[in-house]
Amino acid sequence: MKASNRNGALAYKIFQYTVCILLTLLSLFPFIIMIVNATRSSTQIQSHALSLIPSKYLMNNMSVLTSKTFHPLTGFKNSAIISICATALSVYFSTLTAYSVVAYDWKMKKAFFAVIMAIMMIPATVSSIGFYQFMYKIGMTNNYLALILPAIAAPSTVFFMRQYMIPALPMEIVQSARIDGAGEFLTFNKIVLPLCKPGMATQAIFIFVFQWNNLFMPMILLTNKEKWTMPMMVSQLSGDMYKTEYGAVYLGLLLTVLPIFVIYFLLSKYIIAGVALGGVKE
Amino acid sequence: MTGSQKHLKGMSYAKYGYLFALPFIIIFLIFTLYPTIYTFVLAFTDAHGVGNEIKFLEEPFDNFRKILTNKTFLTSFKNTVKLWIMNFIPQITLSMVLTAWFTARRITIKGQGFFKVMFYMPNIITAATIAILFNALFGYPDGPINDVYMAITSLFNRLSRLFGGSEAPVKAFDFFTSKTASQVIVAFIQFWIWYGNTMIVLISGVLGISPDIYEAADIDGANSAQIFFQITIPNLKTVLLYTLVTSLIGGLNMFDIPKLFNKGGPDMATSTTSVFIYDKAFKGKQLFAQAATASILMFIVIAACSALLFYLMRDKDAIAAEKVKKADQKARRKGMSVI
Repeated sequence: MKASNRNGALAYKIFQYTVCILLTLLSLFPFIIMIVNATRSSTQIQSHALSLIPSKYLMNNMSVLTSKTFHPLTGFKNSAIISICATALSVYFSTLTAYSVVAYDWKMKKAFFAVIMAIMMIPATVSSIGFYQFMYKIGMTNNYLALILPAIAAPSTVFFMRQYMIPALPMEIVQSARIDGAGEFLTFNKIVLPLCKPGMATQAIFIFVFQWNNLFMPMILLTNKEKWTMPMMVSQLSGDMYKTEYGAVYLGLLLTVLPIFVIYFLLSKYIIAGVALGGVKE
Repeated sequence: MTGSQKHLKGMSYAKYGYLFALPFIIIFLIFTLYPTIYTFVLAFTDAHGVGNEIKFLEEPFDNFRKILTNKTFLTSFKNTVKLWIMNFIPQITLSMVLTAWFTARRITIKGQGFFKVMFYMPNIITAATIAILFNALFGYPDGPINDVYMAITSLFNRLSRLFGGSEAPVKAFDFFTSKTASQVIVAFIQFWIWYGNTMIVLISGVLGISPDIYEAADIDGANSAQIFFQITIPNLKTVLLYTLVTSLIGGLNMFDIPKLFNKGGPDMATSTTSVFIYDKAFKGKQLFAQAATASILMFIVIAACSALLFYLMRDKDAIAAEKVKKADQKARRKGMSVI
């Protein structure tokens, strides 16, 4: 009786680990094929698309890739400009807005916060047509400001920072700074911001990744190829131009995910903790 | 609230509250509220092309009538819902199973941190890249998946020959001209991207449940299954609802994967409402007014979903708020210890 029980438990455990390992392989496999095929020639891929042995055509693929419309460095630079600026503005102003709700009593505060809650769930894409027409009228298509400035009003980040601040920010410290004669804005920058750093860092990662991966808005606004972002460059790879250049396509894909891979494997602990935190924020 | 805090929140500082919220308010008015209202207005006009004069329609609801009877829109909407359901049911099921395993207190799984990192990974990779990567993997006739498919077919044939059975032709399968295959793949990609995220959210929800309840259940001699179904699930209701609604809203906006995996095809089978809106506005005749109308319809659906979420969350306000606060603090302590 006991032995069969133990056998059952062992079988259950083996089953669990098998599922987990299979899922891990499922996560890795597409990317492994991508990396390996990025080093193989198109003829090699055509005869055997599935291989785990890297070849020596990486540089060859690179020259094919960049000889056409795909310019990884331009895309990288453009995406970096937008993502970094939007992230910095979003985190700073969301923290400032959250602080205005947490630290001060003002008449419209409750209504203001209710509005933030209400619009938090509404995605920007539903107002994209009006947004595009508006930007077109004032001549701001092909202008990065149209993609960066809206990040200042990020309801979900404000909501998160408020939740974060309430237990993490002791008002006594703010009070004593005030007694020392520090101005309100200086107090926020010198005292409140450093105290909120962990929460801000978590949000920064998510905003950065969101901005880096964003396709819809840049695709609508940016028509000038010089200004294209990385995901827009990627969308080129499914076009006719790269139809038979299999190796180059895989290499292009690899280049676009490389920065994300680096960020992820360096910061995965914080990212997972951040996801967990986000889930219980309601 | 302490005395000093009360003093701190006195009226004399109120102006700073307004001042610090001002950048948010200004940007919100210009870049969110105005475009939203403008989208509403455009839905009642004949806006099309770039640089054309915009006139209001004589029949104000003409665009709504057109969109609601537009076969492509209706198909896209149906696809959106179908693709969401096809991805959400397996997603929530697998996430629940993994959550049960990862939070079980008797049989613990080693290497949980590693598995979480692996399962979550697809979520952080550029969706556009994933769509095109899968497009390459399922390539016809010589993508990696077809490579495997043909190898398996010829293996079966060899076995079949051994037993004198019939043989199937060894031929690549064109996933891009099959409606069902394209839909299944798009739904699978969505599932693959999101199940790790859902799992982590659910796990943090379970960790927020008071350990006292579990101890009491242990004392009463409840088994693992009983504990999971009678304690974990009922206590996880809020988090499950949250997951459901956020996933639904995300699903209604599905764009990158269906647009780039197979360009919404074949024959509109993977076209979603977002793909429809994009194509209407930025392809061919650039019918902005009709695209705006479709956006407004989606806006209404999404707003209704959010309202439902808030209504359901509000229900047990006080109790839930306290519970969530505790869970939040606990999760935060965990988060802090890593940082």
